[in-house]
Amino acid sequence: MNDRHWYDKILDAFRIYIPGNDVYRTMRARSARTGTCFIIPFIIGFLLFMAKPMVESFIMSFNDVKLIPGEGYSQTYVGLDNYNTALRVDPEFNTYLVEEVGQMAVNTIATLVVSFVVAVILNQEFKGRTLARAIFFLPVILSSGVLPGIEHQNEFYDMMAGLAQSLEESGGVDLSASLQELLQVSGVGAGVFDVIFTMIDSIYDIVMASGIQIIVFLSGLQAISPSLYEAADVEGCSGWESFWKITFPMVSPLLLVNCIYTIIDFFMKNDNRVMELIYQVTYQDMKFGVSSAMSWIYFGIALAFIGISSFIITRAVKSYE
Amino acid sequence: MSKSKTVFIGNNKSFWDRNRRSEGYLLKRQMKKTAGSVIRALLLIGLCFMIIQPMLMRFSVGFMVEKDLYDTTIVLVPREVTLENYQHVFNMTDFPNSMLNTLWISLLVSVLQVVSCTIVAYGFARYEFPLKKLWFACVIMLIVVPPTTIQTSLYMNFANFDLFGIVRLFNGGKPINLRTSILPYLLMSITCMGLKNGLYIFMLRQYFAGVPKSLEEAAYIDGCGTVHTFTKIMLPDAMPTIASCFLFGFVWQWTDLFYSRNFLQAKYSVYSIQLSSITSRMGRYFSQDASKAVVVPVGRQQQLISIGVLICCIPLIILYCFTQKTFVKSLTMTGSKE
Repeated sequence: MNDRHWYDKILDAFRIYIPGNDVYRTMRARSARTGTCFIIPFIIGFLLFMAKPMVESFIMSFNDVKLIPGEGYSQTYVGLDNYNTALRVDPEFNTYLVEEVGQMAVNTIATLVVSFVVAVILNQEFKGRTLARAIFFLPVILSSGVLPGIEHQNEFYDMMAGLAQSLEESGGVDLSASLQELLQVSGVGAGVFDVIFTMIDSIYDIVMASGIQIIVFLSGLQAISPSLYEAADVEGCSGWESFWKITFPMVSPLLLVNCIYTIIDFFMKNDNRVMELIYQVTYQDMKFGVSSAMSWIYFGIALAFIGISSFIITRAVKSYE
Repeated sequence: MSKSKTVFIGNNKSFWDRNRRSEGYLLKRQMKKTAGSVIRALLLIGLCFMIIQPMLMRFSVGFMVEKDLYDTTIVLVPREVTLENYQHVFNMTDFPNSMLNTLWISLLVSVLQVVSCTIVAYGFARYEFPLKKLWFACVIMLIVVPPTTIQTSLYMNFANFDLFGIVRLFNGGKPINLRTSILPYLLMSITCMGLKNGLYIFMLRQYFAGVPKSLEEAAYIDGCGTVHTFTKIMLPDAMPTIASCFLFGFVWQWTDLFYSRNFLQAKYSVYSIQLSSITSRMGRYFSQDASKAVVVPVGRQQQLISIGVLICCIPLIILYCFTQKTFVKSLTMTGSKE
C-alpha cells in the first residue's frame, strides 16, 4: 500500500458521489448524498454571496479601487496603503474604534448577566407571566435595524442632551452621582465603581440589547426537565443550591451562544459609529479600498474578541461538566 | 408525640396551628416565598416600566400640538388632542405605500429564509457527509462575519452581476445591473445568506438534533421516503421553532436598514429607509416654498420621529401577539423532549 497518496483519503470520501464503485450503492453513501442535497442551497449561497465577496473585499483592501461606469471597477495594487489611511490618516476611525470596543466589552458582560437574571425570573410561575414575556419581547423589536439611534441621530438632540446634563450637574440631587462620591470616599477602587456606574447609567441600553438573549436563555431553562429539581428537592437541596448545581450548568452551554451573539450584535448595530463611518466612506466618498480595509480591521477585532471570550467560556463551562 | 395521637396536618387547621406543629418551618418557608415574590415583582415591574415608558411617552407626545411640547406643566396628558401629527408623518413616510412594500417584502423574504434554513438545518442535524464539519464552520462564520465586511464587494457584484461569465454570454458581453431589483436579495434569501440566517440554521439544527432518532427510523420502516419523513414527521413537530425563526426574520427584515439600503432603496420605498431619513426631509416638507427648507424645532422633530417609531412597532407587536401562542409552545415543547 505504499503507492497511496495523501489525497487518497479525500478521494475515498468523495467516491460516494461518483457512481460505478462499490461504495456508491451502500446505505451510508445514499444518506450522505441526501444530506448533501439538503445543504446544497447553503453551499451555493455561501460560495457565491459570502466566500466570493469576502475574498474580493480582502483583495480590495490592498488595492486602490476605482469605479468605471458600465464596466465594473479597476484595481491597482497599493500594498498596505489603505490600512495606513484607515488607521493613521482618517481622523475619526481610530477614536471611534477604541470607544466602541471599550464600551462593548463592558456591555457584553452586563447584557449576559441581565438577560440571564431576567430569563430565570420569567421562567418562574407567577401571575401575568404572558404579559411580562410580551413586554420583554419589545426590546427585540426596538433594538433592531433602523430603530436604535433614530432619535439620537441629529446634532440638535445631542446638543439638547448635553444641555440637560449640564443642568443636572449644576443643581438638584443626582442620586447616582452622590452615591458614586460616597463610595469613592470610602476608599474602594475608583475604577471598578466607574465601570459599575456606567453600567447602571446605561441599564436601559443593556435591557434593550438583551431581547434575543433572554429568549435563548428562556428556551434553555425550559429544556431542563422538572424531575431534576424534584430529585434535588427530595435529596434536601435548597433552592440556592439547585440553582448553582442544576440551572447554571444546564444553561451554561447557551452562555457561549449568547456571548458570541451579543458581541456580534453590538458590532453590527446601526447606531454604531464605526458602521456609520464605513457606510459613509463606501457610498459617499466612494473609497472602496479604504472602506474594505476599515471593515477588515473591524472584523479582525470582532473575531479576536469572540475568540478570547469563547476560550474563557468554554474553559469555565468545562469545569462544570 | 406518641403514635396513637398522630394528627395529620390538614387544611382544616389554622395556619398558626400548622406552623406550631412544624416548629416554625412553615412560617419561615412562607416568608421566604413572599419575600421572593415581592423582590421578583419589584424587579419585573421596574424593568417592564423602563421598557414601556418610552413607548407610552411616544404615544402621548404624538397627540400633542406643538405648543404643548414646550409647556412644562404638561407631562403625559396632552391639553388638546390632535391627529395632525400623524397626518404629517404619513405624508412624509409615503405611508400606505411604503408600509405595504415593507409588508410584502418582509413576508416574502422571511418565508424564503425560514424555508431554506429549515431544509439546511435538517441536513446538518441528521446526515453524515464529507466535509460536514467544514460546512458547519461556514455556518458559524456566517453568524460571525458582519455584513459590513462584504458590503463593498456585494455592491460591486450585483451592480455588475455575472454568474461565472454565463450572464455575459447571453447578454451581449455585458454584465447586468441587478442592484435596482429585488432579485439579488431573494437569491440571497433562498440560499440562506440573508440577515442573520446563520443564527436560524444554528437554532433549527439544535432543535432537530434533539428529536429522538427512533421517530424517523419508525417512519422509514413504515415505508416513508426521505422527503415524506421530513415533511410529515419532522416538520409538524418543529413548527413552533420554525415560527419563532419566522418571527425573528420578519421583525429584523421589517426594521432592516442594511440590506434595504443596499438592494431595495433604488426601486421600492421601504418604511425603514423612509424613517431613517425623516429628519433630513422634515425641513423641506414644512416649508411653504418647495425649493427652500425651514429649520424644524428639535422638539417637533423628536415628536414626529416618535410617531414614526410607534407606527413601525405597532404591526410587529400585533404579529407577536398572534404568534405568541406557538412561540411559547415552542419554548415549552423543547422541555418535553428528551
